[in-house]
This record gives sequence, structure tokens and C-alpha cells, in this order.
Amino acid sequence: MTDIATMPQPVSFGRRLKRFMADRPLIPLIILLIILVVILQILRPGIVNERWLANTAKFAIPLAILAGCQTMTMLTGGIDLSVGTVATMSAFIMATQIVNQDPTVAFLLAMLPAVLIGFVNGIGVGVFRVHPLIMTLGTSLIGTGFLQVYQRTVIASGAKIPDFLNWLGTGLTYGFPNALLLFVPVAVLIVFMLNRTGFGRLLYAVGDNERAARLSGVRYWQVITALYVLSSLLAGITGLLYIGLIKAPSLSLAEPLVLPSVAAAVIGGTSIFGGRGGYMGTIIGALILTVLTTLLTILQMPEGGRRILFGFIVLFVTAAYLRIVEDR
Amino acid sequence: MTTNPLLDATGVAKNYGAVAALRNASLSVLPGEVHALMGANGAGKSTLVKILTGAINADAGRILIRGKQLDVRSPADARRAGLLPVYQEPSLIPDLDVLSNLRLTGTPIEPFRAWVRELGIPNLDIRDTARDIPLAILRVLDLARALAVEPDVLLLDEMTAALPANLAEKVLEVVRRQGDAGRSVIFISHRFVEISALCDRATVLRDGSTVGVVDIEPGIEERIVEMMLGTRIEKTRVAARSANDVGTVGGRNPRLSVRNLQLGTKLNDVSFDLANGEVVGVFALEGQGQDELFAALAGSIRPTGGTIEVDGAPAKFSHPSDAVQAGIAYVPGDRTEALAMQRSVRENIALPFSAGLRKWGPIRMRREQVVVSGVIGRLQIDTRVLGEVQRLSGGNQQKVTIARWIAANARTILCFDPTRGIDVGTKQEIYKLLRELAGQGKSVLFYTSEMEEVQRVCDRVIVIFGGRVVDTFPVEDADEPTLMRAAYGLPRGARADVGILADVRPASDAEAAS
Repeated sequence: MTDIATMPQPVSFGRRLKRFMADRPLIPLIILLIILVVILQILRPGIVNERWLANTAKFAIPLAILAGCQTMTMLTGGIDLSVGTVATMSAFIMATQIVNQDPTVAFLLAMLPAVLIGFVNGIGVGVFRVHPLIMTLGTSLIGTGFLQVYQRTVIASGAKIPDFLNWLGTGLTYGFPNALLLFVPVAVLIVFMLNRTGFGRLLYAVGDNERAARLSGVRYWQVITALYVLSSLLAGITGLLYIGLIKAPSLSLAEPLVLPSVAAAVIGGTSIFGGRGGYMGTIIGALILTVLTTLLTILQMPEGGRRILFGFIVLFVTAAYLRIVEDR
Repeated sequence: MTTNPLLDATGVAKNYGAVAALRNASLSVLPGEVHALMGANGAGKSTLVKILTGAINADAGRILIRGKQLDVRSPADARRAGLLPVYQEPSLIPDLDVLSNLRLTGTPIEPFRAWVRELGIPNLDIRDTARDIPLAILRVLDLARALAVEPDVLLLDEMTAALPANLAEKVLEVVRRQGDAGRSVIFISHRFVEISALCDRATVLRDGSTVGVVDIEPGIEERIVEMMLGTRIEKTRVAARSANDVGTVGGRNPRLSVRNLQLGTKLNDVSFDLANGEVVGVFALEGQGQDELFAALAGSIRPTGGTIEVDGAPAKFSHPSDAVQAGIAYVPGDRTEALAMQRSVRENIALPFSAGLRKWGPIRMRREQVVVSGVIGRLQIDTRVLGEVQRLSGGNQQKVTIARWIAANARTILCFDPTRGIDVGTKQEIYKLLRELAGQGKSVLFYTSEMEEVQRVCDRVIVIFGGRVVDTFPVEDADEPTLMRAAYGLPRGARADVGILADVRPASDAEAAS
């Protein structure tokens, strides 16, 4: 009797915990986030309050949307390094065009380069099979170049941040950042799209096994083109949000967000090889990175030391997370 | 049985999490013996093999080699102990030439060359890059590489699976002689003809345990099948045939009509019809153009000449989606080519639903669920392991590749060797399924590398040799000698015994065919 009773037991607590985590990859991420917040509170008692939460959300949101672009492209085995340039371009164009133009026109003008760059990325990756890393890096450089040329033509007219973007970027309503009004629908849309629409399914399928998708009648270039246009559009919108937050149009506005956006997606459990991942993890990944940045800021280290530490922590977290989640 | 076993494994167990891949496996191999290791998919064959060759470590059990306890912790350990595997996947590094590959493993060159010649490949250039060598030849090279270091125990996993008949025969001959030379071979195969021709004894696994060790003698197949399957499946011929024969075969317009199809040097003037409600078999030796024929019909490559008509209307396929649109689905023989391995069974089955641009919108989850669980039930896909398709057994994976097109209601299914390397039970189910589909008025084009499948499944057979259709006959006439002769491009008429079991075969025959 005892033999039979003990037979299914050799699974240790550690193993069971691991399997539990593997089935619910979000849980270890949330735990990590909470640990970071607790550390922050211990180091600086009282820092975690309503204002801090709203502030963190405000800075995490642009990062989370750009990381959404990375999540979607990474699901197909790609990456979109042009998001920074695209966001900068639409922000800069918006801020300069709003001076003389109707807001709608300015908005459309601001989104134009986003659509164009996305389309070129899509055709390059989907039809000509250029590696996404190279393709998006290339269009990103081209975009930056164009922006510099454009800057000279508008130098006289000056720039201003539209009130609406100001409100959206920094405003609070009942203590909640207004940016949530943009972010919640976007996030819901992305999650819904990935899980419940044909297009979302195809992103996973194409990234997992392109040949299989092809044999099932999927035309790769269509999926990829639509994907990169969508990614660019999201990046453009993020640019508008970000200019409302930063309030200083520059030629490298959103550039510092590019690599963190990749990191957020990876920390969130999306595989850079495609076919695996999701947006919920990415959102938490973006929050983790934002909290981590605050944490390192209050440590009052020199900038260099802070970066070194940041890099090490990101590497460590990702490696640890993959060990936990990948059940063999 | 007074001789001591060369290899003696007892009580081997291995768990993956809660799943026991092996519970209590034992295997005992005598010197000079060719020993078959058999079992349905998921019975634990591969796990046992991996443990014996040091690729993974067992949780429990004892492995003796020549009576000495051995701790095989890595493939290198196994090699030192004289145990050498030849796996199903070719193991040469694709970007190196054969010579560099040999140096890499420290294989003596001259014995390797001798074995390659012996195995029926007279003109191999060892400076060739492995990538450029056809799969079948690569597998033979793997075998030659293993033979060249003269292992005491050679472990062959589905060695003949991708081989054309002429090479397979050479391989079997060489393997048999290994036994005569006092070395042992562990031979894993699903093909009874080979096992009965080759092996002395067989160890049968079921659900991770050894359920029996039998001497191979005439009529033992039934017992082995019984042991492999427990009491689950009775071996019957496909019964639905008679009901279907009354069907629409041969009537009116053919579903698919191929005329003078040309594809470079691979296909030449191929013409045939496929009617609704018909299963047409394609039988050919390896590399006779059947791959290209299927790829052209599936829209993967464009033919250089000839026409394909679907329901009487000419069709030009420039992408597989064109073929899918026309209701023609291609099920490749290689499951890794057809499945998104990290995705769920459901997503894999529902994949064609979302393919078209107009179907990118929201999915009706409830309806999809109904359709998917319908085909899962119909094909009896074992979905106990939920989640990723890669966790399913090979047979269940193969079912998913077919289930997808049944769910999508494809009218024509092009099955390319769908039973390669899967267990007997699943094979039977697939035969039955294909007959059922035909019974519902669907049409199936079925390439197989196993002759007995032709009789089990097909209404008609077309035989391809050298890129041409050399013969077409109804299944009643398609006995094994006839098929074999046709596949070698020999004319019908003068008969002689040809086949894997035929003892004496003039070697020139095989050479001429390759």
C-alpha cells in the first residue's frame, strides 16, 4: 500500500512549483515586479504612493506600446528597429505642422511617414526576404536622414506641443494618467488580435513554421506587410503620446526607447525566434524595466555604473525567467 | 542460450515530469544477433535507444555490456563501449564535405569507402558537400560511417525508412552479414518484411515496459502485433472497400486531370486522371519525380509544361493557396514541414481557416471549437497532452496534418507517404480514414513507399519511373512482384520473383534502376 501511495510523490516541491510557473508564465513576472517595488519601498520608504504609480504608468506606457510592436514582429521571427525613428518622425512632424495646419491635417501628415516606412519594411521583409534586422535598421537610418532634411525646412516656423497631446501625455484624471485612455484600448486590441483573430493566429503560425503556413494557403508577404504597417502605425501613435510626455521635440526623441522595447518583449517571454509569446507578458516586462530604472536612479550611482547594473539585471532576469518557464 | 549477452539492460525507467516514458524496459542482445526492437509509437523505443547510446540518462535500471556494469553518461561513453547508433535523421554536418565529416568523428577513410561501395553506391565523391547529397544516400553514408569503426553493437533506427528499394536491399544484406560476423545489431523498424528477413529475435515494448521477447519465425507477426497493441486493435483489411466500389469511380468528369506534365528533367509527359471517390496510389522508387509531381499539384512549384485541370477547367497554381482554393490539399510526408510545433492542436487544425485575407478578422471561437473537436473525435487524436503539438506522438502528429484538411473540407487530398515511421495501429486508422474519404466522394492521391499499402488503400495505382508514368493498373493486379517490376521500369509480362524477400537478385538490376 505504502508503495503505491508514494509512487506519484517523488515530484519535489521545487519541480511542482516549476511546472506551475511553466503553465502560467505571467506569474513569475508579476512576482518579480512586486519584488522590485518592495525593494524600492524599502530603500526609500514612502516612495510608493499614488503619484509614483501614476508617474510609473506614464513612462511605462510608451515603452509598452513600442514593445507591443516588437512582440508582434518577434512572433513572426522578426524585429522592428525602426519604431524609434517612426515615433520620432511623427512626433516631430506633428509638433511642427500643428503651427500652421489644422490638427487633423497635421495628424495625417504625421502618420504618413509611419505608414510609408511600415510598408517598405513589410515589402522588404515579406517579398524580398531581407532580414528584418537589416531592413528595419536601414529604413530607420533613411527616416532619420529625411527628418534632418525636413527640420531645415521648418526651422523658421518653430514648434509647439498641441494641448491635446499635453493632456494625453501628462494629464491626470481622478489620479489616473490620461494616457491610459489610449493605452487600454490599444492593449485590449493587441491582446484580442493575437488570440482571437485570424491575423493573430497567422503571426504565430508564420513565425513557428513558415512552410507549414504556406502549405495551408497563407501568403507570407501579405501577413508580413500588414504586420509591419501595423507596427509602424502603433509606433507613430506612440510618438504622439511621447511628445506630450517629454514636451521637447528633438531628432532623437524616441530613439532611447528602441532597445528597451526589445528587452521588454524578451523579458515578457516572447521568443525572438518566433511562434511563442504574448502581449500581457510584454506589458509586465515594460513595467519591470520602468521600475528598474527608477530603482537605479534613486541609488544615486554615476550614470555609467547605472547602465552596467541595468544591463546585468536585464540579462540575469531574462536568463532566470527562461529557466523557470521552459520546462525542458 | 548459454552464451552471455553482449548487451543486457534491465529495469530501465525514465520519467519526464509526470509522464513515464519508460517504466520497466529490458533488452538483452546476444553476440552475433540481429535483434528487433518493436513497439507502437510512444511505447518508449526512442527513449530506450537514447539511454543506451548515452544521449539521455536513465532514472533507474542497470545496463551491462559484456557482463560489466556500465555507466553510459554521454554518446562518447557509448561509443567507447562499442555501441554506435544510426539515427533516422542524417547526422553529417550539411556544410562540410564528406571527408571533413569523417575526420571530425575520427572515422577511418578506407573502410568507410569500402562500406559505401558495399552498400551499393559505387561512385561517391567524398569531396561532395553533405548538403548536396540526396537524403537516401546520406542515410547510407551514416551507416557506412558507423560500420567503418566496427562497433560491437550497431543500433539502427528505421534504417530503411527513406531508402529506395534497391538501396534498402543492400543495407539489409549488409546488416545480416554483421550478425554472421559475430557482431550484434539492434534493429528498429515498422516493416515486418524486413524484420522477418533479417532478425533472430524481437523485443516488444508497450507503454514503456518490455512485454515480450520472441524468436522470429513464420507467422510471428500476428503475435508481435498483439503484444504491441495489447488487445486494442484487431488486424483487419480495410473493409469499407466493397461499399465504395459501387460509387462514382470512373464516372463523368474527373476531379483532377493531369496532361503531359513537364518539370525540367524531373517530370516527363506525366498524364493521369483522379476521379471523385477514388484513391489513386502513386508507387515509385526514391527520387523518380514523385516529390515534384506532388509539389506541382500542390502549387509549390510551377510546372514547365503540360496542363492541370480541376473539374474540367484548366488551373494554374502559382502558390499553394491557389491549390487550397481549388480544394486541393497537400499533406507532406515530413510532419515538421506541416505543423507549427509550438502551437496547439486546435490552432494547427484551424490554420487553413485563417489563411485567406478575408478571414483575418475575429474568429468565431465557439464554432471553431465544434469543428475542431469534431475532427479530433473522428480521427481519434490523442489530446491528453494538451498544448503544443510537439508533445504529441508521431502518429498523432500525422493525424493532425490530415485532420486539418478534413476540417477545411478539402475535396482532394494529396498524401505523400503519410505513414512513414508511425505505428501499426495509427497506420490502420489512416488507411481506414482515406477509404472513408473516398466513400464520401473525395479523391485522394496517395504516394507510398510501402507496397502493401497500395493493396490496402488504393483503387488504382500509377507507377512512376524516371519521371514518367510507366504503368497504371487497377489494384487487383497490383501484387507486389508486379509493382516491383513496374517500379524498376521493367515491362509487364515476363514474370520473375522480385522483391525484398527474394534471396538472389542480380545486382545489375538494382544498378540499372538507380
